[in-house]
Formats: sequence, C-alpha cells, structure tokens
Amino acid sequence: MLTIKVLGSGCANCKRVEQIARKVIEEMALEAEVIKVTEYPDIMKYNIMSTPGLVVNEKVVSSGRIPTPAEVTTWLTDALEKA
Amino acid sequence: MTVLPLTQPNKRLYITLTIAIIAWFIAYNIVQPLADWISYSALGLARDSHLGESLAFFLYDVPKILLLLSGMVFLISIVRTFFSPERTRALLGGKAEGVGNIFAALLGIVTPFCSCSAVPLFIGFVESGIPLGVTFSFLIAAPTINEVAIILLFGLFGWKVAALYIVSGLTVAIVAGFIIGKLKMEHYVEDFVWQIKSGGQAFEEKMTWADRIERAWDSVKEIVGKVWLYVVIGIAVGAGIHGYVPEDALASVLGKQAWWSVPVAVLIGIPLYSNAAGIVPIVGALIEKGASVGTTLAFMMSVIGLSLPEAVILKRVLKMPLLLTFFAVIAIAIMLTGYLFNWVL
Repeated sequence: MLTIKVLGSGCANCKRVEQIARKVIEEMALEAEVIKVTEYPDIMKYNIMSTPGLVVNEKVVSSGRIPTPAEVTTWLTDALEKA
Repeated sequence: MTVLPLTQPNKRLYITLTIAIIAWFIAYNIVQPLADWISYSALGLARDSHLGESLAFFLYDVPKILLLLSGMVFLISIVRTFFSPERTRALLGGKAEGVGNIFAALLGIVTPFCSCSAVPLFIGFVESGIPLGVTFSFLIAAPTINEVAIILLFGLFGWKVAALYIVSGLTVAIVAGFIIGKLKMEHYVEDFVWQIKSGGQAFEEKMTWADRIERAWDSVKEIVGKVWLYVVIGIAVGAGIHGYVPEDALASVLGKQAWWSVPVAVLIGIPLYSNAAGIVPIVGALIEKGASVGTTLAFMMSVIGLSLPEAVILKRVLKMPLLLTFFAVIAIAIMLTGYLFNWVL
C-alpha cells in the first residue's frame, strides 16, 4: 500500500499533479492512497520551496513542476520495490 | 553532474537539438525579406504608405519576436535548471542586510519562480533565518525582472532598453527590500510562519543534460503557448500606432515635462496584470511617439511587479500593515526610478 501526497494549496498545477498521480495508480492497478496537503505548515514539513510537490511514501520526488506520467510510474515502481 | 553517455535516445535528442538550432537560424534570417516581399511585392502596397509600413512592421516583428522568445526562453531555462529556490536559499544564508539585498535581487533573476509558490518560498526563506528585507528583495526581483519582458524589450528596442529595465528592476528590488528590512516589521508576519520548523533535508534533484534539455523544451512550450496571443495582439496595436499616430503626439501627456505622468503610470499599472507580453510592444510604440523612457519603464514595472493576485497570495503570510507597506514601498521605488531615468536620459 502506497501513500502519495500532493503538496500545494489548490493551485491549477497541483490539481494536474493529482490527476496524473491518480491516472498512473489506476493504470498500474495499485493499491494507493492519495492525500492532498493544502495547509502551509504541513507542506513546509517536507522542506520544499516551490509547489506543487509530490511525495511517495514520505519521500519528496518532485517539486515546483508537473511531472510526466512516465516519471510518476518510475517513482511508484521504485517505492513498491523498497516497500 | 554526470557526463551524458551516447545512448540511443540521447543521440536522437542531440540530433533533434542540432536540427532545431539550424532551422532557428535560417528562419530568423529570412523573416525580414519575407515580410517585405509579402507587403510590397505580393500585395503590392506602396513602400511609404501607412498600411504598407504597418503591415511590413507586423509581419516582420511577430515571427521575429516569437523566434527570439522560443530561443531565449530555451537558453534561460537551461541556465535555470542549475538554480533552484533551495540552492538560492543556501547561497543567501548568512549574508548580512545590504549585501544580502543585492545578492537576493540578482538571484531573483536566475532562480525559477512562479508567484503561485510565493508563500512556500517566503516561509522557506525566513524560517532558515534570511532577514525579512532580503527575502523581499528576492520576491520583488523575481517576478519583475522576468524573462518574457526582457526578451521582448531586447527584441523590439535593442539591448540598451533591456539592460535599463534590468537595472531599474534591480534598483527597485534592492532599495525597497532594504527599506522594508529597516522598518523592522517582523511582527507583522503571520505568527504561524515563525512556528514552522521544516524537517529533514531540502529536496534536491539530480539532473542529466538530457533532463535539462527536456525541461527547457517544456518551458518553451509552456511560456510561448501562454503568451503568443498577447504578443500578436500587442504587436498589432504597436504596428497600428507605428503607422498612424503622428510623431510626438504623446509628448505633452507622457513626456518628461509632465511630472505627474510617472505616478499616474504606476497607479494605472497596478490593476493591469499578466499582460506583460502584450504590453511591451504597446509600450514601445508609446516611446516612439514621444512618451519618455522613465515614465514608460515605471509603467511596465508597475504592471509586472505590482500585482493584485500576488498580493492575495501573500496575504496568507503577511498581516495587512506589512502587505500595504510592501506595496507602497515598491510603488514609491518604481516612481523614483521612473523620475531618475527621465532626469538622466
């Protein structure tokens, strides 16, 4: 079971990242939970300075941009292997 | 940084890049003859007619500016992959006010920045101990001295005006940040900001050259896709003014002798936002018709640097007195820069 967090206070780019994450999860048929982190004190716990951020199993994998579905697939595969 | 191995996909990337660069140079060099040919030969307009002149100006400027924009955004984006907000914060750590303000303003030019990230950036800076004034110097320089504005100024009026704009943006950012720092307004930052303790190591990405090229290409698509329409409309209006409005028509309203034109230009600029791309060509036409450079630059900085959407975003971390001071100090600094250039030039 993976925990994926999208960090950002609801900007358009944050929604894109969430969509991409959900799509990849569906394509890979994964069991994963997607959580939106929208409060700044919570976002800042991950020590990023540009949103949107993407966190897989508490590890920051991207910040300040919209990753491609291919990248997200790689990160999720990595996280599965480590889990 | 790892040296890029010549794997198959990388090879393809380099070949594509080489072809793109060659195509760019060819296109850039045939724009002028092509525009003249269409206006004067194909359409048979007279060389000294208003319509012919305006059309040739438009057909030349639009492709030229869009090519410049794509090429320069690509180069700037490559440079920016080497600067992250996290790295900038590390570079600013431990710098005293004064020197810190200068560094922050300079780093504001090269650090990738989106006003949607203004809050995490603000928190990340002050939480790591960077002085408030230095943080503001960065937050003023980053959006004001933006690549689209600089490229358009360079493409339409040459490097002198572009350089002047950069210098004025830097001056405003350094001076305004320094003043805000001296006002000791730390208690007007929302309390929760001071309580945040970000944990762990800052996120840092490892990138290969292929990643950087791909990232830069993505920002070309994003930025050009976002601004091309404004550029076309802006140049169309500019071309119209170029051909039809008489020289010096604006000198009495926007010229040097009209002292009130600078504050008025700044005030009008505040509610106008995000049309930086479209406003530059219009601004150019204004200068050509007698508006003074200082007034025009003040107007541009106000449009780009003082934006209401950003104020709304920053309201999350700044209490009202500080937010208002922030805006007032920038507005005054922009006006003074406008007067300075009107006086010097």
